[in-house]
Amino acid sequence: MSSLKYRLFKNKLLTLSVVIFSALTAVPLVLIIGKVFLKGWRQINWDFFTKTTPTTLDALLAINNNQPIPGGIANGIVGTLMMVLVASVIAIPLGVMCGIYLSENRKTKFSTVVRFLTDLLQGTPSIILGIIAYLWVVIPLKGYSALAGSVALAIMMLPLIVRSTEETMNLLPASLKEAGLALGSPYRSVVLKVLLPSAFGGVFTGILLAVSRVIGETAPLMLTALGATTIQWDITKPASAVSLLIWEFYNDPNLQSMIWSASLFLLLLVLSLNILAKQLAKKWRI
Amino acid sequence: MSDKIFRSLLLVSALILLLIFAGMFFSLSKGAVPAFREFGFFGFIFSDKWISGTGQSTEQYGALAFIAGTLMTSILALLICLPFSLPVAFFVGEYFRGKKVAGVLGGIVDLLAGIPSIVYGLWGFYALRPLIQSLGLSEQGFGVLTSSLVLAIMIIPYAASLSAEFIRMVPQELKEGAYSLGATRAEVIRNIIFPTSFSGIFSAYVLALGRAIGETMAVTMLIGNTSRIPRGLMDTGNTMASIIANQFGEADGLKLSSLIAIGLLLFLITAIVNFLGRLMIKRHSV
Repeated sequence: MSSLKYRLFKNKLLTLSVVIFSALTAVPLVLIIGKVFLKGWRQINWDFFTKTTPTTLDALLAINNNQPIPGGIANGIVGTLMMVLVASVIAIPLGVMCGIYLSENRKTKFSTVVRFLTDLLQGTPSIILGIIAYLWVVIPLKGYSALAGSVALAIMMLPLIVRSTEETMNLLPASLKEAGLALGSPYRSVVLKVLLPSAFGGVFTGILLAVSRVIGETAPLMLTALGATTIQWDITKPASAVSLLIWEFYNDPNLQSMIWSASLFLLLLVLSLNILAKQLAKKWRI
Repeated sequence: MSDKIFRSLLLVSALILLLIFAGMFFSLSKGAVPAFREFGFFGFIFSDKWISGTGQSTEQYGALAFIAGTLMTSILALLICLPFSLPVAFFVGEYFRGKKVAGVLGGIVDLLAGIPSIVYGLWGFYALRPLIQSLGLSEQGFGVLTSSLVLAIMIIPYAASLSAEFIRMVPQELKEGAYSLGATRAEVIRNIIFPTSFSGIFSAYVLALGRAIGETMAVTMLIGNTSRIPRGLMDTGNTMASIIANQFGEADGLKLSSLIAIGLLLFLITAIVNFLGRLMIKRHSV
């Protein structure tokens, strides 16, 4: 056994290095948010939210005249919101029902298999879901569309919603369900009017987290929604998204200065949804 | 009667999830058939040639270069993330467990998981790449190392938060027993906490590896996009996800099928990695 002094020194050293390396981990977040904020806030104004993206030529003319680039990302905002909305319409009912099923039939072999597949689906790379939506929606409809993007996002959202619903329902006391059934209410009213409202907080935060996870997705949309330069309300037509616009700006030398404002918008949107979901989760804990 | 309908609706929603997973496997396999038929299953996997010729005769596709790129970037990312995520896990799960500062650090690290992949890519391109260039590590700043650095930051939250949970689960009596024998905290961590939670921590890193393997946008923007096996850490390359993101849009015929085949391989690899990770968690918690 080494001397006490040496052992205490080793102890201090470990504590110190844990604290230092932990603190270092917070640095990238500050650097990333700082960079995006510093470079992006200047471009953000009213036009940025209401106008569609400028063409390369317009941007080039503005740069040559030393003017700010005209236009904004309205087409992307509309596209993102629309695709996430359609994805939610598909994923929420399906995911919540599947979560209820898993929670109501906990021990069966079938549930175990479905639960495991849900976990695997959650680990599936988003680009794969892009290929799937391409094969399932783009090819049959013979063209890129917002709907295909929504399908990819919906499959991404599903596992999160399923597992958060199931986990929240599992936490509900059995007496709640028994009391409802003892009063003679049918099974479906007990589930829909007693269990689900009691679990609402957990289910809702799960949905918010799922939305915040897919709202910044780019890869699957590249293969499905493709992008558009105008505001597109038809879900069977190609649509743009904020993340897709960032990718386009990145690839177009004349539009570089819009990268950061679009990124700032996306970052704020995702992070505030994320924080909101976690605050609600704390508040609504069962 | 309507209870029966309700119950079967729940069952159907669980079945749909099963079908989605099975359908994904089926569609990817079906799309990959032409490529496998042309080059052979193993011939495709073990060929590092990726030549998109103009005529049918010169076209040649294989996945080896991208499998190599994926393994290199993700394993290197895992190694880089280790000295940061492990201290965070001990900081949150042991040293400052339950204290406010642990909550703050945990929240910050969780936010890292919320940043969209494309924003990581931009940051890597505009902030990290010039740094690598100025250090003289590589001329263009693209490559395996640059991608791995960004990937490492991206997977820290996944590795850290799950590891912290397993560290927290170590029974208090075990630790108190060691303390009562005069052990320092470093010795308790080394001899009690680490061995007890090792399989759990290991599984957390397996799942983090799964994340790194499938990550698309950030890698696509940083790896340099050359279709050959990277010859070193400074060399450029392509991962399975990034080649799909790069070339899926303009691909058709045999090339499209080859890209789908790569998608199938990626799907299988991440599914196996996630399967192993989840299995280990299950074993650990029993």
